[in-house]
Amino acid sequence: MPKIKLPAKSPRIDMTPMVDLFSVLLIFFVLTATVRPPEAAPVDVPFSVSEKHVPDANIMTVIVSKDDRIFFNVDNGPDTILQFRQHILDEMGQRYDIEFTPQELRRFADINCSFGVPIHEMKNYLTAKTMREREPYETGIPIDSLDNQLAMWILCSRLVNPAVQACIKGDYETKFPVVRKVLDILQDKNVNRFNLITSLEVIEVKEEKNE
Amino acid sequence: MAEIAEAEVKQKGGKKKPKKFPTNVDMTPMVDLMCILITFFMLTTAFNKPKIMEIRLPEKIKKNENVEPPKIAKSRTINVILGPDNKVFWYPGVADDPKNPPPLRVTDFSAEGIRQIMLERNRALFKKISAFNDDILTGKIEIPRDSVQSAISQLKRDDDTGPIVLIKAYKEAKYGNFVDIIDEMSICDIARYTFVDLSWLEEEMVEKALSAEQAAQGARN
Repeated sequence: MPKIKLPAKSPRIDMTPMVDLFSVLLIFFVLTATVRPPEAAPVDVPFSVSEKHVPDANIMTVIVSKDDRIFFNVDNGPDTILQFRQHILDEMGQRYDIEFTPQELRRFADINCSFGVPIHEMKNYLTAKTMREREPYETGIPIDSLDNQLAMWILCSRLVNPAVQACIKGDYETKFPVVRKVLDILQDKNVNRFNLITSLEVIEVKEEKNE
Repeated sequence: MAEIAEAEVKQKGGKKKPKKFPTNVDMTPMVDLMCILITFFMLTTAFNKPKIMEIRLPEKIKKNENVEPPKIAKSRTINVILGPDNKVFWYPGVADDPKNPPPLRVTDFSAEGIRQIMLERNRALFKKISAFNDDILTGKIEIPRDSVQSAISQLKRDDDTGPIVLIKAYKEAKYGNFVDIIDEMSICDIARYTFVDLSWLEEEMVEKALSAEQAAQGARN
């Protein structure tokens, strides 16, 4: 009987289908990824049951960090051509007699993350290249009644973009009086509707049947 | 072209054959690379987008305007005061007599704490809304998805038995507690709640309650 010779199979597996699969996954993740914007201060937001998403555009966010510093962030508007951030900084510069060059304005629009810089430090902040270089200037936006720059930022943002909505993002441990002050400033500018930024937590409420 | 190539081969000694490459390329390094990229994108993608919770505060009454603040029924009012260390103080009615302040009761943010108190007071509306939601789920009521929210807010607006919750914050409260209490309001479907300032009498009441609690703890130790 002649022996049936089995062809010697190489131990290698064909990786091509795996590559195909991975390509599909990779493309999916690249397309769905919304890159997390860098934060000037780490903030642990409280939980809530709300399921509403943060709108993508037309929001200004007041961030209150754990160490009571105030940060502000405003987006470029629904269309990147609008470049609201540039106009807002320009408006702020006019009110505080600071002339910002077009390069600086463009840089401000490009940074597009929250900032906690007093307006007089803004020029230094804008010349800093990396986040680490910027950090020393992030001392928080003044909210004293004498030098209320946060109120001015809010005013300018609303002037440039009337559709802007106010969001407040605070750390769980932030002391309430600071947040209260921010709320007061917003209310002074006739903003009575706020959005508190939270993250989702699911709670089920069961109604007791025995009555 | 082919001739030239042959000539070159011959020049190098003639024995060498053009090397045969295997037709299938080894894909393993590519798989490795893709694995790394996928992991990177999975980790950097902000999957849980932050959510927002809407709150409306009553308009501030400016000092020069002669507008009286709206009156609310005393019997329906519940005052909730956010205290330090995740404590919540509450009392019904109104504190207007400095000599005889209403007793403060203390509770917390657990499911048996402030939520039970709120649910108890708001039972009628809560039942109505959950029955409404059930009817939608089982298909008894057919309304477009968009108008569910407005129907619920209509139910809330029509409600006139539920509590009116006044949220106040003691100076040592945390921001997280403020979010928690508003969250409780939406969990319990409270129709009417707002945030107001703490009066001096209430501040005194909270301080008294806190010191009494400390004394009780000291006695226990």
